[in-house]
Amino acid sequence: MNNLIVLPLIIPIMTAVILVFLRRNIILQRIISILTMIFITGISIMILSAVQTEGIIKLDFGGWLPPFGILFVADSFSMLLVVVANIVTIICLIYAFSTIGARHEQMFFYPFVLLLIAGVNGSFLTGDIFNLFVCFEVMLLASYVLIALGGERVQLRESLKYVLINVVTSWIFLVALAYLYGTLKTLNMAHIAERVAEVGQDPLITTVAILFLIVFSIKAGLLLFFWLPGSYIVPPTAVQALFAALLTKVGVYALIRTFTLMFPLNQDVTHTLIGIMAGLTIVLGCMGALAGKDVYTIATYNVIIGVGFILIGLASGTEAALSGAIYYLIHDMLAKGLLFLLVGTMVYLTGETIVKRMSGLIQNYPLFGWIFFVVLLTLTGIPPFSGFVGKILIGQGAIEAGSYVLLAIGFASSIVVLYSLLRIFLASFFGETTVSEEDKKPIPKGVMVSFILFTISIIYLGVGAESLSVYVQDAAHTLINPSIYIDAILGEGV
Amino acid sequence: MESLMVVLVGVLVSVGTYLVLSRNVIRIILGTAVLSHAVHLLILTVGGLKTGDVPVLGSSKGPFTDALPQALILTAIVISFATTAFLLVLAYRMYKTNGTDDVSELRGTSDE
Repeated sequence: MNNLIVLPLIIPIMTAVILVFLRRNIILQRIISILTMIFITGISIMILSAVQTEGIIKLDFGGWLPPFGILFVADSFSMLLVVVANIVTIICLIYAFSTIGARHEQMFFYPFVLLLIAGVNGSFLTGDIFNLFVCFEVMLLASYVLIALGGERVQLRESLKYVLINVVTSWIFLVALAYLYGTLKTLNMAHIAERVAEVGQDPLITTVAILFLIVFSIKAGLLLFFWLPGSYIVPPTAVQALFAALLTKVGVYALIRTFTLMFPLNQDVTHTLIGIMAGLTIVLGCMGALAGKDVYTIATYNVIIGVGFILIGLASGTEAALSGAIYYLIHDMLAKGLLFLLVGTMVYLTGETIVKRMSGLIQNYPLFGWIFFVVLLTLTGIPPFSGFVGKILIGQGAIEAGSYVLLAIGFASSIVVLYSLLRIFLASFFGETTVSEEDKKPIPKGVMVSFILFTISIIYLGVGAESLSVYVQDAAHTLINPSIYIDAILGEGV
Repeated sequence: MESLMVVLVGVLVSVGTYLVLSRNVIRIILGTAVLSHAVHLLILTVGGLKTGDVPVLGSSKGPFTDALPQALILTAIVISFATTAFLLVLAYRMYKTNGTDDVSELRGTSDE
């Protein structure tokens, strides 16, 4: 059973290698990549339900027992995210089939998507902080290629900045790892947590924790998001949606894991800092979303607002807040993926990016328009869609923790999100249509299928929140009581 | 010996930072390479320099030197090698399409 938990990492990598040799055979590449993703989604769901019955599952590579070897750990939190990440990838692949174009497909688009998802899954599953660095790098290298693939002027310019910022961030990550190893002499996350609990979180360890905070904040777009709006808008739509749904969320996952498991003791410093950063992120994100004139800018700043909102949950730190953060994280992966696909399709249909220059889309494409309306409602947090549960729980947690300022900022941001998206909806979807019935471009079937799949998952997440709550509550329970995780890895007696 | 290594790391970091802050793309890439060397030495130093015998069981009774930092550095070297190679290719392509290697000219305008 526990050998299964390495499959979400290893299968995409192996398939990616095979696909490299099938470069000219595009149809075969499509079939193999989608089957691979469906297969690992199935396996992840199996592992997720096994975690409920058997508790946390771990796999020690090469039989090296913790804390000495590298290991993979599957708990409810990581498995939930693995499942959702794989579902998002499947839907983005379906979108890519009909939009990405033969030029991308022949230049190893599918292998790189699979390598990206391998890195994402690895980051969620690993139980060793150096291995987290390695998985981050696997994911980032694939993302470097995906962002530059196509070779347009703007793309190359922005990807160079994106790569340089990430190289420097990875460097800070290594510095933090070096100091961590120097102070605690271990890299196993559970073992780190145990040692921190033994010696207490002295100022030196807190400094190391803040270094990690900086690294993961840059990756997650928490306050240090200066790189994000420029680089997320240059690749093709399917890649944008993948990035918006997955990359920042891996950073958020790492932040939550680091500050609930490894450095939970000095909350006065670290969690206050996270709270301030989350508040500022939301305010700045709102400003960007309000000031944006083109659909891409509005959509990217919505990603930033989402990240800030999730981290209010972490800053509050109660069990309700953390389960809210997990719900909202899952919701945000789905909703932001769909938002970017919709926005990209709007640009494809009209040939314009400025909101004011599009008009009357809903007359030509009614279903498309109403799906946009669903995204608008779910991002604002209106029931019965998926954003509602997360917002309620995070709000409840913030009240429990007494952080009323964050609560106010968080809920005020909902209104800004509503306004920024409603502006697109009113200006671009309503009004006189600018294209006649004969000139209108048809929306490809695959595109509609991916929209509908995303919408179904969003509605399921909202209406069927009850069926997910077992997993989310277990995940939040493990996060709030790190001893469960530590005992599962190191054994009771260590 | 450790103090000397830390000073060396400091020098490398300052050189790397100076290069990264310049405007020429190639200098920035070389700067990231120097920075990565610095952090590799840092990992080696914080793990403790040679304090015992080679960590092979049976060859001596110990104490043994910690071999883990070297494994970490090896991994980090491979990764930084790959990223630097990719960066150089990307910079070359960027130079050919955008016609400049000066990052201050890569700002981009809002009306594109």
